[in-house]
Amino acid sequence: MFKKLSLSLSLLLACGVSAQADEVNIYSAREENLIKPILDLYAERTGTTINLVTGGADELTQRLELEGANTPADLLLTVDVGRLYRAKEAGLLQSVESEVLSSVIPAKYRDSEGEWFGISLRSRVVIYDKQAVQASDLSTYADLADPKWAGKICVRSSSNIYNQSLVASMISHNGVETTEAWADGFVANFGRPPQGGDRDQIAAVAVGQCQLAISNTYYLAGMLQSADADERAAAESVAVFFPDQNGNGAHVNVSGAAVTKAAKNRDAAVKLIEFLVSEEAQAWYAETNNEYPVRADVPPSELLQSWGSFKADDIALDELGIHNAEAVRLMDRAGWQ
Amino acid sequence: MTPLLELHQLSVALERTVIVRHISLQLEQGRIGCLLGPSGCGKTTLLRAIAGFERALDGEIRMGGEMVSDARHCLPVEQRQVGMVFQDYALFPHLSVRDNIGFGLRGMSAAARTARIEELAGMLKIADYLDVYPHRLSGGQQQRVAVARAMAPKPRLLLLDEPFASLDVELREQIAREIRQVLKQDGITAILVSHNQYEAFAMADEVGVMRAGELLQWSTPFELYHQPACEYVADFVGEGVFLEGRVLDDMRVQTTLGVLGGTELHGFAVDAQVRVLIRPDDVIHDDDSQKTARVLDKAFRGSQYLYTLEMPDGTHVLSLVPSHHRHAQGEMIGIHVEMDHLVAFPH
Amino acid sequence: MDTHTNKAPKGALSSLQRWLPTHPGTWVILGLCLLLSVPVLTVFSSITSSSDGVWGHLYETVLGDYVLHSLSLMLGVGLIVLVLGIGPAWLVTMTHFPGSRMLEWALVLPLAMPAYIIAYTYTGLLDVGGPVQSWIRETFELRFGQYWFPPIRSLGGAITMLALVLYPYVYLLSRTAFIEQSVCVLEVSRTLGATPLQAFRRVAIPLARPAIIAGLSLVLMETLADYGTVQYFGVSVFTTGVFRTWFGLGSSTAAAQLSAVLLLFILVLVLAEHWSRQKARYHHTSSKYTRLPRIPLQGWKKWAALAYCVTPVLFGFLIPFLQLLKWSTETWHLLDRDGFLGMFANSLKLASITALIALVLGLFISYTKRLRPSLALRGMVRVLGLGYAIPGTVVAIGVLIPFTWFDNSLDAWMRETFGIATGLLLSGTLVAVVFAYLVRFLPVALNTLDAGLGKIKPTMDDAGRSMGLTPLQILRRVHVPVMRGSLLTASLLVFVDVLKELPATLILRPFNFNTLAIRTYELANQERLAEASSTALMIVLAGIIPVIILNQTISRSRPGHDSTP
Repeated sequence: MFKKLSLSLSLLLACGVSAQADEVNIYSAREENLIKPILDLYAERTGTTINLVTGGADELTQRLELEGANTPADLLLTVDVGRLYRAKEAGLLQSVESEVLSSVIPAKYRDSEGEWFGISLRSRVVIYDKQAVQASDLSTYADLADPKWAGKICVRSSSNIYNQSLVASMISHNGVETTEAWADGFVANFGRPPQGGDRDQIAAVAVGQCQLAISNTYYLAGMLQSADADERAAAESVAVFFPDQNGNGAHVNVSGAAVTKAAKNRDAAVKLIEFLVSEEAQAWYAETNNEYPVRADVPPSELLQSWGSFKADDIALDELGIHNAEAVRLMDRAGWQ
Repeated sequence: MTPLLELHQLSVALERTVIVRHISLQLEQGRIGCLLGPSGCGKTTLLRAIAGFERALDGEIRMGGEMVSDARHCLPVEQRQVGMVFQDYALFPHLSVRDNIGFGLRGMSAAARTARIEELAGMLKIADYLDVYPHRLSGGQQQRVAVARAMAPKPRLLLLDEPFASLDVELREQIAREIRQVLKQDGITAILVSHNQYEAFAMADEVGVMRAGELLQWSTPFELYHQPACEYVADFVGEGVFLEGRVLDDMRVQTTLGVLGGTELHGFAVDAQVRVLIRPDDVIHDDDSQKTARVLDKAFRGSQYLYTLEMPDGTHVLSLVPSHHRHAQGEMIGIHVEMDHLVAFPH
Repeated sequence: MDTHTNKAPKGALSSLQRWLPTHPGTWVILGLCLLLSVPVLTVFSSITSSSDGVWGHLYETVLGDYVLHSLSLMLGVGLIVLVLGIGPAWLVTMTHFPGSRMLEWALVLPLAMPAYIIAYTYTGLLDVGGPVQSWIRETFELRFGQYWFPPIRSLGGAITMLALVLYPYVYLLSRTAFIEQSVCVLEVSRTLGATPLQAFRRVAIPLARPAIIAGLSLVLMETLADYGTVQYFGVSVFTTGVFRTWFGLGSSTAAAQLSAVLLLFILVLVLAEHWSRQKARYHHTSSKYTRLPRIPLQGWKKWAALAYCVTPVLFGFLIPFLQLLKWSTETWHLLDRDGFLGMFANSLKLASITALIALVLGLFISYTKRLRPSLALRGMVRVLGLGYAIPGTVVAIGVLIPFTWFDNSLDAWMRETFGIATGLLLSGTLVAVVFAYLVRFLPVALNTLDAGLGKIKPTMDDAGRSMGLTPLQILRRVHVPVMRGSLLTASLLVFVDVLKELPATLILRPFNFNTLAIRTYELANQERLAEASSTALMIVLAGIIPVIILNQTISRSRPGHDSTP
């Protein structure tokens, strides 16, 4: 009687979350329109029921933490590695051993203890005004602090996780002091106070407010494929530069997946991650959102290929999470809004 | 017979301040009582305590013999079967006059309800306005609606809080008499609160004079006027002056107006100094009298003049004189005193 | 009331009665208030915890900016909403000029426009790459930097955006006050030699002051709670600071403490408002009302009045609305139509449920406060009122903490006692979502209901009781019908607010549950403003109808029209 009652109650209240084998409950920081189609495909093919909540990675992690052992979530999807690291540190994830995953995903794009796995890659690059700047003028991230760029750089707020990860990688490579000195010079080169998103920085370069912008690769790709002719025109007036090709390589971040510690559908969740790194899903990622596939045997979209291949930073991605708070403090001190 | 309302040593406090102290009174079924006193004397608080809006600090209130309030218990207002008419009438703005009157009529058939509403509307002369909303009515009409609404459920006791205060002066006594008639017709027991003695006398069978939270006297208007229990009551009710006097014997007192005496024993010792109440109607204009007084001031009262007179020794008295006797200010007129009973207070 | 009275003997009437409720029903209400205050109290309780030096870092670097920017934001928004709210309210109520009838309701429309959506829209229009600046460059053959254009993404931009959508609060409340003012009072001032304008300044405004301040405090609380707009514009204020500290610096304690400082701001505001209201009582001294004699404006004055009143509607509603419409038609083919209907239904469902609950709860709380105003209850209601000033995300976490605690404790207990796992009963359900809405928006309902109840004379209660009605029957048969205008206003304000709400919904919602606001945000967050426009447009459209009803209700609120004899 009690069991029946509690079962029906939890069915009613928790929207049908119960422990059945072919079900996966996902907390996703990837917006619905960028993940649901591929999940639907998987659900249709395998008969798995997939339940999805999207939201900010930090908020979802907090929810996961507070819900504790009773959380309905089996899988956490994020769009940057810093949050995966944080969830791991908070003890919210569990180690997964999967031959598929470890064979398909290069070791540097997954957690050494198997607690998270990269699904797709994006690089944080320099976008430059094709008319005002030659590719030969550009070299490294460090070079962006050079006074020759004074008033010419547009970048978004330091509250943004991609900027935080970029600075964290620099701290990891060069130490706090060098990075802080760099940040001081970099901030001094800003063409305007940080504002808007990455697309806005690209737009600012297109109209000449700045000559250089810092952006993730898929934003420019999105603009180039935009329905809005003005936006396409703006994107066509700029070009991509991958920095540090003779050094550490361009900064790369991953979007990733992790099985939660309290997952009740662990096996189904692992299977879903395996699907997400399948050739089919990787190709979908590449085409839909212009991200770089995490597996080497799936080519990026034609558009991305047209930008050429690049050398990616080999840093252990954990480092980005480890140095995140320090990066924020450093940017606060440098006056990077 | 058990009185309908009985207060015994009742005290009431608001916000820890005692407003009403040790009040005892009784009101028989069908009688109309009035609490009379200046503003701030606690009469409204007493009324609200009877209604059940305020709790008793001490003492008790009984209705029909049943205890309704004491220091520990307070029967909720809605169970006391009292009706109340508020100073500002408190008519419900969202209801028509008909629905206002019918508001308290529950658990009766629609026909009986309509009959009662129309009966009251007839008695209170508001039958023409039954489907009008309150804000369209004049003050007097609103007041009648308020009375009708309170009377509708046939309360055991009807309470009226300064019911005539917002009416024009000319209307007050007239409406007071009309409402008295309606209450008597319906056999309703009622208590009203007023600071106006004429209203009180026009309406009530029994009047209580209050001062500073105390009930000084509870009796008929006649007794209140002619046998006031204390100087304050004598002064507050009606007009009159006090004359110094010396007791001659069981019946008579020597004053500047001569030897005064009634038909009853006054109860003071011989040679005691007392103050004698002289009402204007005790002082009779008499051209033949030896005693004369100077007219200081006069006020027209319709059929009578109220003269303020100065005695040769400088004391003032009031006299009611039929208005066909006209005397100028400063004129000397003859007077004599006629009283049924002597009202005197110790000096 | 009486100078001849003594103090009552101690113990006879305990002073406890003034502090604590004595009636069981009141305890229930008090308990409910306490429950709804949990998120606010959670934030406050953080003050004593240690934050491991994060405060030192904040103090040395960004705290000054947060304070300065937050204050500037409040000051700027406050000033503009007064100008945009009071003047038009008086003009459309007291004067007649071309279009004044239509403006009466049109001036309320921006209330349906969420601040983050107007921010996206104006950014799309006015940013360097937007059509306006492109047009300037092409027409005058200029390059960027050769002409001056105000940067939309700036503190000034945020002030403008927030003011444009928040001024209707001041407009609505001051208009209500103007409508209720007795014409006699205004006419007396005219006979004493004041011109209409002087009558406005010297009589109408001071009389409407409590309403204006109430509207202003709603605006300022919304301003402080705003996250979407300031974050999008990159303005560092307290709310953005809270998130940065919480997630960037990883210190939830310091973040909660920042929120607590934010609440102190509000507390000061609330107390200031309370103090200003206590100094004077503004009751209608006259009960005679006639039709408002509208002054017909002549010559340049009527065109000036028209321009003045059209400005807020134009910038707060018309321009962004048309821009959304344009984008929407351009991207209509990209819309996922099946999901769209579901989201629309979900948004309406949540908004209606919350509005209804807020109405019932608010009515009971407000009525209990009227009947038995114990200090405990009044204090609790004041704490509850702070919920409106807390950013939605903070409220959401403040709801998650107690809800998950309850669920997990119950689960542990049930496992131990009966061997049954109950799992998460409340968190992750719509119960949690609606609860969070109540924490945020019940104060809006309470404000309106308090004001409505306050206008009903206490003798109405007495009259009802003397006719044998219990307090609950009086509420149903007297108060509810008399104050139906306030009831409608309260529920519609909550309805519109819920429709616009984003962060709490995002965090607390159950699986597979979407609303219009969420979809709009997700697309805008991917910097796809044009694609976000269809859902944004639906939010606005769904909000317009209640907003217009709201305005009708207020127009009818004139005393003598349906209330106050």
